[in-house]
Amino acid sequence: MRIPLSWLREFAQVPADATAEDVMADLVKVGFEEEAVHRPTDELSGPIVVGQVLSLVKEPQSNGKTINWCQVRVVPEGQEQTLTGKGIDPSGVQGIICGAHNFVEGDKVVVTLPGAVLPGNFQISARKTYGHLSAGMIASVRELGIGDDHDGILVLSSIGLDPEIGTDAMELLGLYDQAAEINVTPDRGYAFSIRGVAREYAHATGTSFVDPASKVNAPASLQGGYGVKLNDDAPIYGKPGCDRFVARTVRGVDASRPTPPWMSSRLRLAGVRSISLPVDISNYVMLELGQPNHCYDLDKLSGDIVVRRAVTGEKITTLDGKERTLDVEDLLITDGSGAIGIAGVMGGAHTEVSDSTTNILVEAAHFDEVSIARSRRRHKLPSEASKRFERGVDWHVANIAAQRVVDLLVELAGGTADEAGTDVGTAPDPVTIELPAEFAAARIGIEFTDEQITTSLEDLGAVVEKTAAGYRVTAPSWRNDLETKEDLSEEIARLVGYDNIPSTLPVAPPGRGLTRSQQQKRRVVQALADAGLTEVLSYPFVSKAANDTFGVAEEGAERPALKLANPISEENGYLRTSILPGLIEVARRNHSRGFRDLALYEVGSVFLPGDKLGTESIPPLGVRPSDEVLDALYDGVPHQPLHVGAVLTGHDSPAAATHQPRAWDWADALDVARLISDVLGVELVVSQGSHQAFHPGRAAELSLRNGDVVGYAGELHPKLLAAHDMPARSVAIEVNVEALFEAAADVIVAKHISGFPVATQDVALVVPQDVPADQVLAALREGAGELLEDVALFDVYVGPGIEEGKKSLAFGLRFRANDRTLTADEASEARASAVAVAAERFGAVQR
Amino acid sequence: MTDTLPGAASPNPLDEAAITAAVEDALAAIAAASSLEELKAVRLAHTGEKSPLSLANREIGGLAKEHKAAAGKLMGSSRGRVNQALAARTEVLEAENDARILVEETVDVTAAPRRRRAGARHPLSTLQDRVSDIFVGMGWEIAEGPEVESEWFNFDALNFKPDHPAREMQDTFFVEPPEAHLLMRTHTSPVQVRSMLEREVPIYVLCPGKVFRTDELDATHTPVFHQFEGLAIDKDLSMADLRGTLEHFARQMFGDEASIRLRPNYFPFTEPSAELDIWHPGAKGGPRWIEWGGCGMVNPNVLRAAGIDPDIYSGFAFGMGIERTLMFRNEVGDMRDMIEGDVRFSEHFGMEI
Repeated sequence: MRIPLSWLREFAQVPADATAEDVMADLVKVGFEEEAVHRPTDELSGPIVVGQVLSLVKEPQSNGKTINWCQVRVVPEGQEQTLTGKGIDPSGVQGIICGAHNFVEGDKVVVTLPGAVLPGNFQISARKTYGHLSAGMIASVRELGIGDDHDGILVLSSIGLDPEIGTDAMELLGLYDQAAEINVTPDRGYAFSIRGVAREYAHATGTSFVDPASKVNAPASLQGGYGVKLNDDAPIYGKPGCDRFVARTVRGVDASRPTPPWMSSRLRLAGVRSISLPVDISNYVMLELGQPNHCYDLDKLSGDIVVRRAVTGEKITTLDGKERTLDVEDLLITDGSGAIGIAGVMGGAHTEVSDSTTNILVEAAHFDEVSIARSRRRHKLPSEASKRFERGVDWHVANIAAQRVVDLLVELAGGTADEAGTDVGTAPDPVTIELPAEFAAARIGIEFTDEQITTSLEDLGAVVEKTAAGYRVTAPSWRNDLETKEDLSEEIARLVGYDNIPSTLPVAPPGRGLTRSQQQKRRVVQALADAGLTEVLSYPFVSKAANDTFGVAEEGAERPALKLANPISEENGYLRTSILPGLIEVARRNHSRGFRDLALYEVGSVFLPGDKLGTESIPPLGVRPSDEVLDALYDGVPHQPLHVGAVLTGHDSPAAATHQPRAWDWADALDVARLISDVLGVELVVSQGSHQAFHPGRAAELSLRNGDVVGYAGELHPKLLAAHDMPARSVAIEVNVEALFEAAADVIVAKHISGFPVATQDVALVVPQDVPADQVLAALREGAGELLEDVALFDVYVGPGIEEGKKSLAFGLRFRANDRTLTADEASEARASAVAVAAERFGAVQR
Repeated sequence: MTDTLPGAASPNPLDEAAITAAVEDALAAIAAASSLEELKAVRLAHTGEKSPLSLANREIGGLAKEHKAAAGKLMGSSRGRVNQALAARTEVLEAENDARILVEETVDVTAAPRRRRAGARHPLSTLQDRVSDIFVGMGWEIAEGPEVESEWFNFDALNFKPDHPAREMQDTFFVEPPEAHLLMRTHTSPVQVRSMLEREVPIYVLCPGKVFRTDELDATHTPVFHQFEGLAIDKDLSMADLRGTLEHFARQMFGDEASIRLRPNYFPFTEPSAELDIWHPGAKGGPRWIEWGGCGMVNPNVLRAAGIDPDIYSGFAFGMGIERTLMFRNEVGDMRDMIEGDVRFSEHFGMEI
């Protein structure tokens, strides 16, 4: 909401020298955030005066244009030019070249004299052009920054002005005024008006306030006016869509008259474009009193006005020229011809006022917030009217606003008001709130005095009555946001000032610290950084193709994923089922910025829709739903496990003197996986895997001991890397860490540490190529028995000496007993039984 | 210096002058040896089998019995002197040698390669941990919840009326189909509702996490960002308790000189509601007030939605943006730096913030 200061001053005690910034600094104290300052003089300075064109000589030019060489009087005849400066003619007559042709000798115009500055830092000076010294400029509204029209210069008679020559044109056009723009929170519909803001300004500054509504002399009742019927047969939540409709008639207006500058300048500062006098008056009254209203061309109306819901398939062409199909829930203003407006949202084109309108029907009605909000959303038609109705308009101001429109039409458009008028509807019951005496003090922490409470509430416009238990407060009709004692406690605190709230530190009961899974998550996040990886956070928005590639192992399978109804980009309109697409994108970005050696990781949620998706309905607010309903809500929320992903590309370290970096390879991806399982103390089973995003021969499937697959690690598929502009041989790993968290042991049981010497034995086994080393190792471990302390693969050999299709695996075995020093024979025997199991299982032959 | 004394006649072991001369020769040679290799040659020449002293020693056996003792004594002490000198010289030269090797092994430590990558945490993640730790230190617990959420938890339970404009203040990502009433949470407040439903009163929880709004990414907006929200539900809590908690937290984050300011505002889930400004003594360009977040006393309708009786319990809640906190605390000028994942951004912070 933009507040022109001159307007605010009519109703509130704003110091004469206060700036928009000063006003905003006051309003922020009562809860209106500063948005912007609108001040023409920030971009515009004089001398800019009224001049009269004395003579005008048309001079055709070689380029085909004709320019006017004008003599313009800028000081009344007989008076002296008091301005001095380069280019100011002491005679009071300036010679000016003008290219516009919409004026004639004798017209009064706006002259920007040498020394003036116009918006865009356009400096006016006397300069030679077209063979003359042009000392100033005759300005158009666009050059002055007060309109879009640039077809010609501003002829003051066209806006109904005939000022004295030499008058300060900036004063005349309201250019010294300024507006403060504040943010109005959605609960305060009343503050979308000068009336509301002036009251708040008074609250903020402790000064007096005149209610603009009190300055309008509206009749107590109206009768005999235009026929209006309120026929809402489908109220929403039982509330009628329209509970008041005031209609007034003004006849014989001249709708083509210009809007006076005082009004158009205020509208402009308020951010409302000037359209025509009746429309400007309508907007002006809405801004002043907060009551949206509408002017119909009375002669285009037929029959009674009926306010009703739309019927199926009904259509209307709105003021913006668009034909709209209406919904049966839309509340309409209709006449004998059909719909003439979507109530509270936008009027219809057919009954719009035009320059030729002579008789006007003024509407000021009160509509239900919800009904208006729904129509506005349905038709995507945010308007100044709907903005106010959705937030709530004072029921009691409708007839006052209608009267104000009538008064202005009579005063400015030359009309005559009918004495008869229409006012139908039923006033809502006033809202009464019981406020226990100590409630506000307990909620805010300030020991409010009785006077503070009473005065604050009365200043708001409430009626306060003392009761045995405290106060009975009747909320003002314009404050539909005041419903509860909590609301009142805020108002009291706001008016007394939040700065007066003291500070106490409540002590929480003994806490349990981080939960186990929170600690586990932290450990993983930190371990990966400690291991030299860089944490990044990518967006969870991905394409369908990315989910179908990364989210599912088999090629061609479709990954069920959540789709956004309103994504930022349609291409990435799905929620990720894998961390990797986002990470690869981040890696690619870094790569394109010249960072070739990368080790990136991310810990974040993926979104895995199950059979149930959401709930068909949601329970109402302000009541705890039943356990059954709550369970349905919980169950409908998709599974969102925490995943860890990492992408490694390039080398493990930067190349340097005396240091050969190593290229990351598939085994590094597995190392990251093992690091994660190690810090969590979970055994991760690695097996040869197959996943379409990975190299078919270099992918490991990661699973838990119970067989649950929890992730993949290995080299990314070469085709996929090429498609993503990623370096060949980049590797990746992704694992569902939440599954690992759950698999982690609660308590680790200590192992006995033997002090007896170790006996080491090596063995080389020849096995078929396709036998996984890990399984041979497991066989050895199984066969060796309990004397085996550790076994490790230390060499894999394929080549001369080994039969085609076979490979040699060399293992180191460490034996140790808990109670004695092992003999060489004992160790050899254990080794032999280890080899025997490998031989039996895989046909392993000792080399 | 000579390696051997070829043709030298073996001196008479009784000839004291000759023996002394041989000893002097040997000592001079030992002293002159400048390396262990040279000393080895000197040892051979003066104590080896063919050295004058060894030869003289061998002669003792052929001497008359009465001379043997005198010759033995002379030769013993003479060879002893030489061996002592050898040992002493060896020690000196070995020490010199060791020292020389160390000198030779000198490297340019400034040219050391970086063999291990230095990893880094994302500062938003580090800051989230830090904020959590402050509250855990106050006895609060950390609560988490899903990022795709039921509309009820995100809006209705928080007293957003179905058709009220407040519901549109938060530009929401909806999940298809709309009839399922699922959305991406626009704040971490649904976690507060879940906490109230799942926990016993009194409740003191902090809910950090990712939230989503349909804003295009630019220098100050991002569709995905992080918040932390606090919720306290207990008997007799007031706005003074809210202020005290926020002040304590602000001092932990920004130092003892930090203070806070509350300004009236509106949120459907709190009444009264306030905007929270922080006095940031270390702000770039000088100390000033900075908008930090929102807060207020929990609206009774929110308590009712969670089955908590507002006539017995009251509560306060607050919420701040982690990105915003990082922006003014660590002078991050552009939101995109936090989002794009450029490794320079995280690596500059390392493990700290």
